[in-house]
Amino acid sequence: MGMTMAEKIIAAHAGLEHVEPGELVEVRVDFVMANDITAALAIREFEKLEVEGVFDRERVAFVADHFVPPPNIKAAEQCMAVRTWARRKGILYFEGGRDGGIEHVVLPEQGLVLPGEIIIGADSHTCTYGALGAFSTGVGSTDAAVAMATGRLWLKVPPTMRLFYHGTLRPWVTAKDLILHTIGHIGVDGALYRAMFFTGPVIRALSMDGRFTIANMAIEAGAKAGLMEVDEKTLEYVRPRAKRPFVVYQDDPDARYEIDLDFNVSDWEPVVAVPHLPSNVRPVSELADVRIDQVFIGSCTNGRIEDLRLAARILQGQRVHPEVRCIIIPGSGPTYRQALEEGLIDVFVEAGAVVGLPSCGPCMGGYSGVLGPGERCVSTTNRNFIGRMGHPTSEVYLANPAVAAASAILGRIASPEEIRLEAVPV
Amino acid sequence: MRFQGRAWVFGDNIDTDVIIPGRYLNTTDPKELAAHCMEGVDPEFPRKVQPGDIVVAGRNFGSGSSREHAPISLKAAGVSCVIARSFARIFFRNAINIGLPVLECPEAVEAIAPGDELEVRLDTGEIHNLRTGQVFRARPYPPFMLELIRAGGLIPYTRARLAKPQPGAPGG
Repeated sequence: MGMTMAEKIIAAHAGLEHVEPGELVEVRVDFVMANDITAALAIREFEKLEVEGVFDRERVAFVADHFVPPPNIKAAEQCMAVRTWARRKGILYFEGGRDGGIEHVVLPEQGLVLPGEIIIGADSHTCTYGALGAFSTGVGSTDAAVAMATGRLWLKVPPTMRLFYHGTLRPWVTAKDLILHTIGHIGVDGALYRAMFFTGPVIRALSMDGRFTIANMAIEAGAKAGLMEVDEKTLEYVRPRAKRPFVVYQDDPDARYEIDLDFNVSDWEPVVAVPHLPSNVRPVSELADVRIDQVFIGSCTNGRIEDLRLAARILQGQRVHPEVRCIIIPGSGPTYRQALEEGLIDVFVEAGAVVGLPSCGPCMGGYSGVLGPGERCVSTTNRNFIGRMGHPTSEVYLANPAVAAASAILGRIASPEEIRLEAVPV
Repeated sequence: MRFQGRAWVFGDNIDTDVIIPGRYLNTTDPKELAAHCMEGVDPEFPRKVQPGDIVVAGRNFGSGSSREHAPISLKAAGVSCVIARSFARIFFRNAINIGLPVLECPEAVEAIAPGDELEVRLDTGEIHNLRTGQVFRARPYPPFMLELIRAGGLIPYTRARLAKPQPGAPGG
């Protein structure tokens, strides 16, 4: 019986010829990461193990991004502890600056996470790297600490759920809409404990940025990982960056899928996930009467250059609605520089948006855009849970960057089709 | 291991932002985290919950973020274990790793009302509803996970293994 990519990667890292879904195995991990919040706990647990150093200093990274630059003294202290420990142990450390930014934008950009690898991260959106054909999964700080010490982790081999996308995308339907539609269809626990495998001509036609957006939100359906096949686009992205050699795996023709779904995307339109679940998906056209107070464009879901280009295309020559705070945060230092070079930052500032420093920003209610009682935000992020971005009565509406930008202009949830675009697209 | 306490009943998809909102994650102190436990759905919960009490919930408990602060805040608030129809996978791992028992048992959830006095016997997976006299059996842990729980969590388990290396499958 054949194996899926996920099963092959796990088997190879467990030193086994073959693995079956449900099997408990111990695997070698290629890379371990944590952020400023989760690393703080991981350090504490690591110290209890009483081992000297990490298993490999080139394969452990802390990326400070959730409370960076620190909004208050406590966050600053937490960040200091994480930074000091990282320096002392000689592991990789990113905090803002030239190469830093959001963990899930930074690590692929830096060629630190690669196809065919097992990557674990103390952050649930570690599944993002599945877009590179890696088995990549989020864990807690204790799991991360043990993996930092031993380079190993136990896991249960997940069954694979195959999602095949075909058809023609309508204007303004983006990767974000594909994943929101999918979660709306299968539910927030529709892929619980499973590996999602996203495939088909629509996925192959997406850029790497779009693929990251989709893999990023696999966790929003409960999945353990969200993988995609490695093709020429993947290799073009990875080859100039890769810090290590890597192996490419693909599904066997007779691989077994626990669930096999087929989506014709041709009649899909841009969607918005309304509070308080990412599966509460509605067509944008049905929400035109929802007034908003804030727009956030950024995050590990939609903070890459293509997302900023899309937002700039809408905002070019326009004005942000006077009642709306529009916050745009490039996902990393390199993304920020690229946006500057392309003139996108000018477009944003000219339109009246605030451009923030590469970080998670307001996504998890940390700072730089925390919502007050009853405030509503259209956000390109991945979660619209109760109180996610601030007060428990505030509301988050998840959307693609074009919908978010159009909503910023009109002060209500809006379709990009409602904005008359400037003749010269950015 | 036995636990006895009152049931606090919640619905489906109780996510980690509800259990411990992101804005409080600038500390790792269990007491501080406990002070905001379940704030998203019941801000009074930390004051009302008594040591030993049991959280009972619907599907997909602990979904969302990987923050281990969520099971830590529940444990530090006094919660002795969580019974749910199903758990999000990262939360499940984290809870076992830090020594907060979690039991999957849809039948028990169905038959438990808020405030019911419960007794949980971890070795057999039995859940006794002392008000109704009903007894339920949770889905048993795989042997490897029982070993983890008996060791007191992943850190003591790993320490023991590092002291006496046993290469091979989990559990040696």
